[in-house]
Amino acid sequence: MAHAEDAEYANEPLEFQSAEGRNNILGFWIFIGAEFALFSTLFATYFVLVNRTVGGVSAGHLFALDLVLIMTFLLLTSSFTCGLAIHAMRSGKVKQMINWMILTLILGLGFVGFEIYEFWHYAHEGATLSTSAFWSAFFVLLGTHGLHVSVGIGWITLLLIQVKRRGFTPRTTSKVFIASLYWHFLDVIWIFIFTGVYLMGLGGL
Amino acid sequence: MKWDEFIITGDPLILGAQISILISGIGAVFVLTYFKKWKWLWDEWITSVDHKKLGIMYILIAILMFFRGGIDALMMRTQLAAPNMTFLDSLHYNEIFTTHGTIMIIFMAMPFLIGLMNVVVPLQIGARDVAFPFLNNLSFWTFVIGMGLFNISFIIGGSPSAGWTSYMPLASNELNPGPGQNYYLLGLQISGIGTLATGVNMMVTIFKMRAKGMKLFMMPMFTWTTLITSMIIVLAFPVLTIALAEMTFDRLFGTHFFNLTNGGMPMLWANLFWIWGHPEVYIVALPAFGIFSEIISTFSKKRLFGYNAMVYSIIAISVLSFLVWVHHFFTMGSGAVVNSFFSITTMAISIPTGVKIFNWLLTMHKGRISFTTPMLWSIAFIPNFVIGGVTGVMLAMAAADYQYHNTYFLVSHFHYVLIAATVFACFAGLIYWYPKMFGHKLNERIGKWFFWIFVAGFNICFFPQYFLGLDGMPRRINVYGVEDGWFALNFISTVGAFIMGLAFIILVYNIYYSFRYSPRETTGDSWDGRTLEWATSSAIPPHYNFAKVPEVTSMDAYWKMKEEGIDPNKIEKYEKIHMPSNTALPFVMGCFMFLVGFGLVFEWFWMGIVGGIGIFACMAFRSFDYNDGYYVSVEEIEETEKRAREAK
Ligand code: HEM
Ligand SMILES: [Cu+2]
Repeated sequence: MAHAEDAEYANEPLEFQSAEGRNNILGFWIFIGAEFALFSTLFATYFVLVNRTVGGVSAGHLFALDLVLIMTFLLLTSSFTCGLAIHAMRSGKVKQMINWMILTLILGLGFVGFEIYEFWHYAHEGATLSTSAFWSAFFVLLGTHGLHVSVGIGWITLLLIQVKRRGFTPRTTSKVFIASLYWHFLDVIWIFIFTGVYLMGLGGL
Repeated sequence: MKWDEFIITGDPLILGAQISILISGIGAVFVLTYFKKWKWLWDEWITSVDHKKLGIMYILIAILMFFRGGIDALMMRTQLAAPNMTFLDSLHYNEIFTTHGTIMIIFMAMPFLIGLMNVVVPLQIGARDVAFPFLNNLSFWTFVIGMGLFNISFIIGGSPSAGWTSYMPLASNELNPGPGQNYYLLGLQISGIGTLATGVNMMVTIFKMRAKGMKLFMMPMFTWTTLITSMIIVLAFPVLTIALAEMTFDRLFGTHFFNLTNGGMPMLWANLFWIWGHPEVYIVALPAFGIFSEIISTFSKKRLFGYNAMVYSIIAISVLSFLVWVHHFFTMGSGAVVNSFFSITTMAISIPTGVKIFNWLLTMHKGRISFTTPMLWSIAFIPNFVIGGVTGVMLAMAAADYQYHNTYFLVSHFHYVLIAATVFACFAGLIYWYPKMFGHKLNERIGKWFFWIFVAGFNICFFPQYFLGLDGMPRRINVYGVEDGWFALNFISTVGAFIMGLAFIILVYNIYYSFRYSPRETTGDSWDGRTLEWATSSAIPPHYNFAKVPEVTSMDAYWKMKEEGIDPNKIEKYEKIHMPSNTALPFVMGCFMFLVGFGLVFEWFWMGIVGGIGIFACMAFRSFDYNDGYYVSVEEIEETEKRAREAK
């Protein structure tokens, strides 16, 4: 919507130049607040139920550091490339931005792939959703994060098509910017998972 | 599943309900077809992104749910009227108190207030619409779908029966087989998404779309409470989302979150539920406080006393509301230290609340009070709410709570709080803003009958329950014996409940009567108001709200303009206005959500998957939708405004 105060934002990046873009970005920050509450609840559940394996398979048995390190590397790098994509967007380079984003998506897909492998592997070793309270909490926490990443991949793909068709406009840039916030947010959550779930699990906590 | 398990049969009460639903459904279809209103319904309401119309639809459904929840209440009170009654068996009684509690809180109180927020807040801050009109329509439909899903449980498949708190293991597959509990989980889950979206929407609207010059500390109190309530929603609802999802997983996919035998913890549910549940109490209480503040200030002809103190107390309440949840289960063995902590935080809430009470009283002090019906409700709120609050402090003493926990003392307490704050405020707000929505007032004389009868019935119903509680009558029982000695008080209580039922009929009659006979509003400023919503015309103001957005220089902006002799509607030159287009997508998405919900309730996963794909397809469709809205032409604005002025 055209707004009188839009003129004040003429020197800001494109995604802030329309009132709609600014509203969407603020709205998304608030939504991220809600997402924090959501993941906090999952973490709370996890820590309440940690080690409640009723004598069955435990975290120490199955967690493998190398796998987790690969996943961490993939996701953190994807956050970096995502940042580069936004940087390219700020300097108006459509092609570069799309390329960085595609790299981001590939890294994200790699992450999801390893996660699926991990879940499959655990299931093979006798740890599933219904094995014990601990594994219920583990799979739901990790699964929620993985699902978020997958949704993010689909979402950004749709946005790239739009950027390709329309170029950078206040509308498309604010959409991409928001998706990048989401992507970084998932990275932050992963760092909590990495330390809280894997490192502490391997450390026998 | 067999057909006769699918549709509930064999209970005359439910059969009656089924028949009446069928008849009223056919009736509605007939009327709409006969008067050729389908297109109107679709174009003007179902696909509307106008915040005022969405608000009105919220309120309409909330009133419907008040009726449904009220029938539940009357059935329970009938069963309890005398010893050894056999009107409802224990299972049916369980189902009814469960649906009553859930419906009243989730599908009556909250949507009623959200409806009022929708109608009023953008007008109060001088905005053209909410920040995300599309999302607003989507929130409404998710709420309707969640509500609908929950409500069909009693005719298809069976109602939930584990209480609105759904404690585990009571709500588990073992003790609660069948689809009933699934309805609870999915109905709340779906409508909760809409509530969260509303919270985000309102926050951005209030932060970003205030009229020029309106600083945060110039905002009307109802807008303030909406803002704080929205923050509570954004932080509390995700907790419910996860809690519900975990229980759904426990029931459908064999996880063990709350299942003691495999390492799960039933107490985890109690904690998660109340970490959401207690703030929820304030989600329905704070907007009520906002409504009373508006009304008391308007009808005392004074600005609100202690405005800043009011704002800081709602902020304090919102913080404290997250720190008290354990007071709902002191007796479940949290230990002395934990109980003491939560006992103290609970009592601390009475401090900011007390500040507010004194501010309301001081606003009235030396004011020129006019005793209109909205004002009567607001005045009645104060003593009745204080009764609820004082007994709340009694319950907050952990040691004493061991005596009356889960007795009728509690039942009385929370009804005193919820009805005196939320329900009174819904009535007060409805009557106060009714002319803004429909262009005529509700009849004041009938309104006063409604007021006195309801308030009398309310006290007759719930005051005796304190004594029943102290006499040891537990909550959630469906029979008691003569030897218990609870007959007289219970009987009085039931009489009170029916008096409230009578009052509700008077309200409905008043709506009909006023529609027919009340004089139409001409000015838009029905009550000599102080805030901006009164600066535009009445009877659902034009969809763009203000021909020219007013500029604000102080609190009570419209009052100031009137004092200075400024007419905000006097505009030399109109300019075209940009507005969002209507949309059918949220309705379609709602239908897919229904498929997901219904499929999961019956564990028909294919249906859930179909619905899920549909939802994602809608989201993708929306992503590619670059519809920019449209411009309202200067001619159209001139025309609309002229018509509004001519009515004068
Ligand atoms: C208008 C008249 C009302 C009457 C006569 C009434 C009556 C009752 C009765 C008889 C019970 C069951 C007590 C038991 O057996 O334990 C009950 C429970 C409850 N009511 Fe109401 N009620 C009314 C309004 C409301 C309102 C407006 C709300 C909320 C906004 C509300 C919220 C609840 C809740 C949360 C429960 C607890 C349900 C449970 O135990 O799971 N009620 N009410
Ligand atoms: Cu509480």
